[in-house]
Amino acid sequence: MLKKGNKEILDASRNNGWVLEPDAKTILHSYGIEVPQFIWARSLEGAREFVRKYGFPVVGKVISPRILHKSDAGGVVTGINDDKSLGDAFQRFSQMEGFAGMLVEKMVSGIELMAGAKVDYQFGPVILFGMGGTEVEIYRDTVLRMAPLAERDVPAMMSNLKARSLLEGYRGSKPVDVGALTRTLLAFSDLVMDIHEFIESIDLNPVLCSTEKCIVADARIMLTTV
Amino acid sequence: MDFSPLFQPKSMAVIGVSLQNDQHPANVIFRKNHLRYPVKVFPVNPKGGSLQGETVFKKISDIPQKVDLAVIAVRADHVPDIIAECIECGTGGAAVISGGFAEIGRNDLQEALVATARKADFPFIGPNCLGIYVPSIVDSFFLPSERMVRPDQGNAAMVSQSGGILVDHMLKFKQEGIGLSLGVSIGNKAMIREIDLLEYLEKDPGTRVIAFYVEGFAGGEGRKFVLAAARSPKPVIVIKSGKSPGGSRAVSSHTASLAGDYEVFSQVLAQVGVVEARDELELLSFCESLSCYQTAIEGKIGIITGSGGHGAMAVDLCSAHGLRVPELTSREQESIREDLSKSIKAIASLGNPIDLTGSAVDEDFVSAARHLSTIPEIDCVLMLLLPYLPGITSDLGARLSNIYQKEGKALIAYVPNVEKYGMLIEGFELNGVPVSHSIEAAVLMAEALRRCQPC
Repeated sequence: MLKKGNKEILDASRNNGWVLEPDAKTILHSYGIEVPQFIWARSLEGAREFVRKYGFPVVGKVISPRILHKSDAGGVVTGINDDKSLGDAFQRFSQMEGFAGMLVEKMVSGIELMAGAKVDYQFGPVILFGMGGTEVEIYRDTVLRMAPLAERDVPAMMSNLKARSLLEGYRGSKPVDVGALTRTLLAFSDLVMDIHEFIESIDLNPVLCSTEKCIVADARIMLTTV
Repeated sequence: MDFSPLFQPKSMAVIGVSLQNDQHPANVIFRKNHLRYPVKVFPVNPKGGSLQGETVFKKISDIPQKVDLAVIAVRADHVPDIIAECIECGTGGAAVISGGFAEIGRNDLQEALVATARKADFPFIGPNCLGIYVPSIVDSFFLPSERMVRPDQGNAAMVSQSGGILVDHMLKFKQEGIGLSLGVSIGNKAMIREIDLLEYLEKDPGTRVIAFYVEGFAGGEGRKFVLAAARSPKPVIVIKSGKSPGGSRAVSSHTASLAGDYEVFSQVLAQVGVVEARDELELLSFCESLSCYQTAIEGKIGIITGSGGHGAMAVDLCSAHGLRVPELTSREQESIREDLSKSIKAIASLGNPIDLTGSAVDEDFVSAARHLSTIPEIDCVLMLLLPYLPGITSDLGARLSNIYQKEGKALIAYVPNVEKYGMLIEGFELNGVPVSHSIEAAVLMAEALRRCQPC
């Protein structure tokens, strides 16, 4: 069932064609999918307050309905470690088209995975899972399944990846938390089934997975055009 | 909806025969069925008259008995009226051969046809198709008998959006010794679609494996089809055309770019255990092996041959196709060795692949196959036979098949496809063991058994 608050976000985003990252993360969070601690800072003071509470380092991202591809537009700064860099980033973002604030969030680390969804013409909602990052279209190490996913689908999907040994612990590195990964993918599948009539596709990329947790560091929900 | 009048007709009307042009498709259809198949055939043309000494009826309702199947080959404009007449006089179903519908933009005409038929629960195949071929029962293809290559009766059914692809595969079924239970060309698939035939064929006692040539599904139809195929107790094979993306589309997300139409198609099929054939060799190999075996294997292959090279090639191909060739334990090897004939005991290598050498005789192949059939680490035996070796006789096919029938472990043979080895090949095929004509095809046959389960 689509929760009321999420429906409001989707309706409000419809004209824009996609859901702003903080809104997308709010939706994910409501499904129990882990996202970094974040704030939608509309002023530099708001950003500073977040840092006073949670400390450096943080990531800053521009929030603008006109900027879909934030990195391409120079709208992402990672590893912000002091007040000056925080201020510089805010200053620069505020000059960008459609500036609506800065997303400030805790840095997280882990193996870069991705989860995605698409509503296919012939097969309806499908879930994509695989290795994430900005070069996903080069390596194309992903698997697809019809949604909804069942718990047994997750190990089968993992074993179909070329890079599966990275997830299982490669050359002394620790394996990712398969339980957390499974919970994330199943919750994502629930979300997709609830909102598939509204969406064209979703990218959760990267999903950062470590031995302890899986956290969605960036999320893009593309809506259907009506 | 009852499809038996379409596929098990006892009577048939061929509507649209010409009194002047003997090459007219309807005349070809009339001629090839009349007195050649058990079905009773009635020609129909509004002008009446006679054809080959038989009365031509002016309309279907003039035929003095109820007709099971109407084969309609008239101008598209006339088809809706003729369908209405068929329904009126209690005809069981129809194959609409005529073109001139949605494929040339006349969606209106096609929709009228479907609306009339649906209201009356009247099944029809087509339009714009070759229709129905059931060995020894009926043949609605407008291709002269002498031009067709007919496969033997068997248990593989094929449903094709394209008539040409179906006829071509029937020819290749014949060449490969694959038996056909039913071939249907569904053309524009206006009413009867893949999923309807899947449901029918699942229950058809003559069919054990169902193959589809698909160009595409309607919106959401693919999901329904694969979910039905996943429930099917019989293996389902699909070959898809139109795999390449239609030009470069601007896509706004990684997922949209990674999950192209074909990627989704292919991976969803694998998810539910529908076996996707990527090309013709795969389709033929999969049809042959799944018409013999319907139980999935893990893919632990035991290889027996008389040539080291064949064994090595097969191992490479197995590994490329995701199959394992587990090494046999020394105890297993010793027990195989004990039963080998004297001349090869010392020279045969038995680690898997088992190379019995060019000096092996029938007994050696039989005994090695019997051993492998009882080893649990092996779930499928590939038998690569070289009939030019002096110790191999034509009896070996039937003898090895006998082991499969006793032990129940899937056996796949490779025998070069040459006329003089025919008896050896038939010894396998007549006893339900598939025979490939290349090492690669043998490996594909094993792969089909591994892939006919959800992954």
